[in-house]
Amino acid sequence: MENGKVDRKDELETILDGFARQANGLIPAFHAIQERFGYIPKEWLPEVARAFNLSQADVYGVLTFYHDFRLQPVGRHVVSVCRAEACQANGSAALIDRLRRKLGVDFGETTANNEVTLLPTYCFGNCACGPSMAIDGKLYGRVNAERAERLLRGMGVLE
Amino acid sequence: MKVYVPRDFSACALGADEVARAIGREAERRGISLELVRNGSRGLYWLEPLVEVERNGKRIAYGPVGEEEVAGLFDGGFLEGKEHPARQGDPEEIPYLRRQKRLVFRRVGKNDPLSLDQYRRDGGFAGLTRALTLSPQQIVEEVTKSGLRGRGGAGFPTGIKWKTTLQADADQKYIVCNADEGDSGTFSDRMVIEGDPFLLIEGMAIAGLAVGATEGYVYLRSEYPLARKIFEEALERARAGGYLGKDILGSGKAFSLNLYIGAGAYVCGEETSLLESLEGKRGMIRPRPPLPAIHGLWQKPTVVNNVITLASVPSILADGAEAYARLGVGRSKGTLPVQLSGNLKRPGLVEVPFGITLEELLFEYGGGTASGRPLKAIQIGGPLGPYLPPSLFSVTLDYEELAKVRGIVGHGGIVAFDDTVNLGEMARYAMEFCAGESCGKCTPCRIGSTRGVEVMDRILSGKRDAGTLQLLVDLCDVMIHASLCGLGGMTPFPVLSGLRFFPEDFGYTKADVGPLVEKL
Repeated sequence: MENGKVDRKDELETILDGFARQANGLIPAFHAIQERFGYIPKEWLPEVARAFNLSQADVYGVLTFYHDFRLQPVGRHVVSVCRAEACQANGSAALIDRLRRKLGVDFGETTANNEVTLLPTYCFGNCACGPSMAIDGKLYGRVNAERAERLLRGMGVLE
Repeated sequence: MKVYVPRDFSACALGADEVARAIGREAERRGISLELVRNGSRGLYWLEPLVEVERNGKRIAYGPVGEEEVAGLFDGGFLEGKEHPARQGDPEEIPYLRRQKRLVFRRVGKNDPLSLDQYRRDGGFAGLTRALTLSPQQIVEEVTKSGLRGRGGAGFPTGIKWKTTLQADADQKYIVCNADEGDSGTFSDRMVIEGDPFLLIEGMAIAGLAVGATEGYVYLRSEYPLARKIFEEALERARAGGYLGKDILGSGKAFSLNLYIGAGAYVCGEETSLLESLEGKRGMIRPRPPLPAIHGLWQKPTVVNNVITLASVPSILADGAEAYARLGVGRSKGTLPVQLSGNLKRPGLVEVPFGITLEELLFEYGGGTASGRPLKAIQIGGPLGPYLPPSLFSVTLDYEELAKVRGIVGHGGIVAFDDTVNLGEMARYAMEFCAGESCGKCTPCRIGSTRGVEVMDRILSGKRDAGTLQLLVDLCDVMIHASLCGLGGMTPFPVLSGLRFFPEDFGYTKADVGPLVEKL
């Protein structure tokens, strides 16, 4: 475990080295950290701040401004559902209700067994083929409540 | 023989990748040799995945095609263009497509969007080639004469914006493409980047030549991963082909281009917030003036234009300003790629000259509601655009005509709702959305949106005295007139239009709301 932590720090340094030279590298660096580790551990922020020669308040401010960035790990799977108007016009409310009920979580929460995190999205640009939902980054169109349940069953996260 | 299967985010959401793989497998199993091309989408989304077969230069389309139908299509002889329930005939003859006037979208959906050879064969880089023979002033003049206005939403004349940056004196200038297409009901930027990325690159290079900017950025939203992948590849190929870099096509002129990915903030679609974000900071709005055209990215003169604006430029340069200005009506020149979505039978991309009525768009193109129920309202111009009732569908698509009924063109998105929608709830949603997305810089937006949700909750729960209505209208008044940018300034539009046209959805009568909302 201790060794694992050291490796993660090494990787963090490599990522920071790559972006800290860019004047606008902080947001790409956060993307890279999250892509690699699934979230951005708060205890790393001092190191991020040092690399960019910014205050910890500055880097924390940038991180928390953007919906994409997370300070907590997510479940094994991430289910994102569009909450915007075009999907609402095609009945996304029923889909969202079903997902909340079946998973037993609200937006931003992770199921107790750590399997699924449910996140809202404000538009995938799939408005002509809504309602839209993505599972681990793969987008699905024309998803009604029944199909969403089938997809989740297919992943083995619902009984 | 060629078979085309779109590689478009929406088509893939409907299984296009699986269909493409199934076609490959099935062809191999049957010993048939065919070339599988991944094109963009033609934007006839109710037919996606739309598979096209090309024999002797002629195309026959089949759609929508599911993975499980592929073997049946082979059995039925779709490679010979034979009959099948999904057969749509020549795709270019489908009335939805044939009746459009595609300038920006003329190549989208036809071929492999990443083939430079194909792009050149289809007239690509003709605009850039001509621009290289002109002076910056001449290019700006050409764009000004075309009458092109910003397609991101503000509708500001592009030529005037460019002229301001051209005249600014600085050691470095920038072109920034706003590809943070966050409006619900819009997807035309995504389609261009996925379906014709060289067009955007060409438009940005021309903009660089026009104002003397040698560096550009495309700010793309993170919700568009396929667009990112395709554009990264297109950038590499354009650099290798000599269309970007220190010496564009041997002209001695430089323009380099980079891709920058956003991080899920709607407000970053506002240009000053976008610039802050592009500098790696929180996307906080900058008060204007100074204008980005003079003090933009890193305080240097910067042209910030939407994808469609920049993608309109190559054809203006190639075919001349007059050809572009001949299309459209009044002060709304050229074409607009309208995006139809929501509850419609035939949602999709419709590029037409300005001047078409909303009715034609919704019924002749859109085919009316998908649910078969009456169409109750449309939201036009994005999530902060107003809701309009059927009595206004005779209005034409035109910046000024829409403004007369307090409508907006926005980024060209139209979302249709049937009679199951409650506009009171949609108004509450608009306030909630604004509260979640406000950058927090100005009080009317930051506090006003949260108070707006509270007031809407009171109204929707039945506490509907005259004072509450007055409070909501006052709140909207302050947000419209005192917010720093369009987020706070336009959030009242869906609320007030809902009250004006559908007061019963809020529990009021026309008599209750009439005098109050008419003032705003």
